[in-house]
Amino acid sequence: MSEQGLPDPTATFRIEAADVLNEVEQALLDLTERPGDRNLIDAVFRGLHTLKGSGAMFGFDALAGFTHHCESAFDQVRKGAVAATPELISIVLNAQDRMRALVDGNVDEERQNAIIAQLTAAVEAASGDAGDGVDIADVPSLAQAEGWRVMFRLPPECMANGTNPLFLLDELRDLGECEITASTDKLPSLAELDPRECHIGWDVVLRGAIDKDDIEDVFIFVMDDMELSIEPLASQVTDDTAAEDGDPPAAPTPEEAGASAQTTGTDGRTTSGKPANDTLRVPAERLDELMDRVGQLVIAQSRLSQIAHSDVNLALRSVSEEIERLSGELRDTMMVLRMVPVSTLFGRFRRLVHDLSQETGKAITLTTDGEGTEVDKTVIERLFDPLVHIIRNSCDHGLELPEERIAAGKPESGNVTLCAHQAGGEVVITIRDDGRGIDRNRVRAKAEENGLIKPDQVLSDQELLQLIFHPGFSTAAKVSNLSGRGVGMDVVKRTIDSLRGTIEVASEPGAGSTIALRIPLTLAIIEGLLVRVSEERYVIPLSSVEECIELSLEDDLRHRGRSLISLRGALVPFLRLRELFASTKKPDRFQKIIVVSTGSERVGLVVDQIIGNHQTVIKSMSAFHRGVASFAGATILGDGTVALILDVPQLVALTQNREERLQAAG
Amino acid sequence: MTEQTTKTDNGEEFLHFELQGEIFALEAIVVREILDVITATAVPGAPELVHEVINFRGKIIPLADLRLAFDMEPTEPTIDSRIVVIEIELDAEEIWLGFRADKVLEVASVAPSSCEEPPMVGLRWNRDHVRCLAQRGDDVIIIPDLPAIFEKALNASSAGIAAAA
Repeated sequence: MSEQGLPDPTATFRIEAADVLNEVEQALLDLTERPGDRNLIDAVFRGLHTLKGSGAMFGFDALAGFTHHCESAFDQVRKGAVAATPELISIVLNAQDRMRALVDGNVDEERQNAIIAQLTAAVEAASGDAGDGVDIADVPSLAQAEGWRVMFRLPPECMANGTNPLFLLDELRDLGECEITASTDKLPSLAELDPRECHIGWDVVLRGAIDKDDIEDVFIFVMDDMELSIEPLASQVTDDTAAEDGDPPAAPTPEEAGASAQTTGTDGRTTSGKPANDTLRVPAERLDELMDRVGQLVIAQSRLSQIAHSDVNLALRSVSEEIERLSGELRDTMMVLRMVPVSTLFGRFRRLVHDLSQETGKAITLTTDGEGTEVDKTVIERLFDPLVHIIRNSCDHGLELPEERIAAGKPESGNVTLCAHQAGGEVVITIRDDGRGIDRNRVRAKAEENGLIKPDQVLSDQELLQLIFHPGFSTAAKVSNLSGRGVGMDVVKRTIDSLRGTIEVASEPGAGSTIALRIPLTLAIIEGLLVRVSEERYVIPLSSVEECIELSLEDDLRHRGRSLISLRGALVPFLRLRELFASTKKPDRFQKIIVVSTGSERVGLVVDQIIGNHQTVIKSMSAFHRGVASFAGATILGDGTVALILDVPQLVALTQNREERLQAAG
Repeated sequence: MTEQTTKTDNGEEFLHFELQGEIFALEAIVVREILDVITATAVPGAPELVHEVINFRGKIIPLADLRLAFDMEPTEPTIDSRIVVIEIELDAEEIWLGFRADKVLEVASVAPSSCEEPPMVGLRWNRDHVRCLAQRGDDVIIIPDLPAIFEKALNASSAGIAAAA
C-alpha cells in the first residue's frame, strides 16, 4: 500500500464537502418541518461556515464566495432577525445544488447571481418587523474596535499531522497589529522533551477592528482538537461572545496531568456538529480487493476440506475444520464491512419528494421506516435509480391532487412510505403510497393497445400489475416532466433482475399501491445448489429453488408432447437443460427436476444429478460471455474447475416463451 | 515474463508456437503465462471461438480455440499441448484470455524486414486473421491478427441459446 502515498487533499476536501452538504440538506429539510428549531438552524449555519472556510483553504474561491452569501443569510436567521420561511429554505436548497456543482468545479456565474438575488429578496421579505431591509452581504460585523486576545494551544502531535504553528501565527499577523507571546509553562524537562511534539502555547493580542469569524477561520482546520479561546480585549465586555455557539471558557482549562492529546482540550469547538465516532474511510476498491482474496480463500478452503475428508489423517482433518470455521467467520466479517444502513439511501429521497411536491402542486409527505437495515454498499448504489423511478411514479401517477383527495375523504396531504426490513438472506424495500391505486382496466387497455397482451388473454392479477414494468409501457395520459415517457419502470425491472431480486406489486383501487422489492443482501457470495447436467456442473442460486423432485418415467416419455408436470394440482412447465445446452451424451436414468421460481412464476429444470449445497463466490464472466443470457456468472469449484451459475429469471422467461409457442402451435 | 522480453535490433521478441504443423508467432509482450492443459468448462450458447472458460488464478477467463480461426480440425490435447494466457485490448477493455497451442516452441525475435503482407491468393485461411507472414529459413511463420480474430467473437450475436430455443 505504500505506493499510494497521501491522498490528494483536494479529493479529500470534495468527499468532506459532500458530507457537509448532505448534512446541511438534511438539516434544511428538517427545518421545513420544524421551522423554529435552533439546533437545526445552527447546524445549517455551521455546515455552511465550514464549507466556506475549507473551500477557501483549498482554493475553491468561487465556492467560498458563493457560500458566504448563504452563510450570511443564515446568520440572520440564527440571530432571529429573519425567519426560516419555506421560500428561504427552498432557495438555500437550490443554492446548495450550486455548491455541489462548484465543488465539482462547475462555475455558472449567471445562476449563482440569480440565486444570490433571490436570496437577498427572500431575506428582505422574511425579515418581518425586525428587518429594515438589511443588505445580507453586509452583515453587522462582530468586529471589536479594541481587538481580541487569542490564546491557543495545539495538540502535541499536531506537527506530525502537518500543522505548522508558524503559519497560523503568520495568518494572525495578517489580520492586524499583533503581539505574540509564547507560553512555555508546559515545556517538559530536556530529558522528556520530544522534539517532534509541540509543547508551546501562544497568547496573541490582536488590535484593531477585526471580525471574530476571521480569527476563527485561521484555526478552522485545527479547531476540533485544540484549545482555543478568543476574548475581546479587557474593558470591552459585550454579550456578543456569549451568544456565539458554545464559546470556550475565558481561559483554557489546565490540562489534566499526563494530558493525553486530542480529547482533553477545552470545549474543543466542533465545527461540524457531528458526534465523534470511530470510523475510518476506506476506498471501496480496497474492500473489493479484500473481498476477492476472501473469496479465493473460501475456495481454497473447500479444496482443503475435500482433501482432508478423503484422508485418514486426523490432525489434518482437525486443522482443516479449524480453517473452515475461520474462513467462514472471516467471510461473515467481510460481509458486514461492506454493509451500510439504508438510511444513506432513504435520506436522498427526502429532497426528491420535496421537489416533486413543488413540481406537482401536491402536498406529499415522505415517511421512512427501518433505516437501520443494512445492505451491501453496491446494492445500495444500484437501488437508487429504481427507487427514484418508483417514487416519482407514486407521486406523479399514484397520489391525487389535494382537492381530489379531500373529495375522496382522504387527508389533503398524500403520503409515500419507504420501508426496509430484513427477511432471511434478503432485504425487502417497500414503497407504499396512499393514492388512487393502479387502474387495472387502464393497464389492460394500454397493454392491449401496445400489443403486449392479446385482447382475450387471461392474466392473473399479479401478471397484470407486473405489466407496468414492461419496456415501453406507460399509462400516463400526458407526458410530464416526471414520468409518462414509458421509460423508467422497465429500468426498475432490469436493475432489480440484475441484483437477482424480485418485484411484487399490490394495489387497492382508491387506497394506494405498494411495490415491494426483495433484494439479496449481498452480490458477492450466494448459497447455491450444485447440479450436474451431462458432464458439466452448474450452480442454481438456492434462493430461487423451491423444491426438487424426480422426473417420473411417464413424464419423461411424453417427450414430444408438452413438457409439463403436475405439481400438487398445478401444471408447471419444465425445461430439459441437457437439450438447452445441446448435450449429446445419454441422459442418466433417473433425472431430477428442480423447481425454481421468480416471484410468482414457477418452472422446472431437468438435471441429471443434484450434487449438493455450494458456497458460491460469484465471478463475472469475460466480455465474450456477458451476452450469453442463460448464465448470471461463474464460480470456481473445490477442484479448481469452473461451474456456471444459471440465470433463473432468464431461464424462466425462456421456458415460458417456449411453452407459449408450443401452445400457439397447438 | 514480460521483463525478459527486450527489444533487440532484430525486432520484437515473439513467442513461437505450433498449431497443426503450422508455426505461429505472437508478441511476447502480450503473453502473461503458459500453463499445462487444465480442465475447461463449456459455455453453452457462447460464440464458438471462445466456447470454454478456465480458472486462471481465481479469475475466470475464456479459452479460445485458434484452430477455428484458421479452419483447422479440432484435436484432442497431447502431452505437448499448452494453454497460452494473453492480455489484449479489445473495445478499449483489457481482456485476459487463454488459447490452446499444440506445442510451444521458443521466444525469438522476428526481424521486421522479414515480414510480408499476406498474399491476396494462395492463402488457405481468412486473410483478415493474418497480420503478416515472416520468413525464417525455410519456415513460414504466421503472425495472427488477434484483435481482428477476437473482435468478431465479441460482436457475434450471443443471443446464443435464446435464439436456438
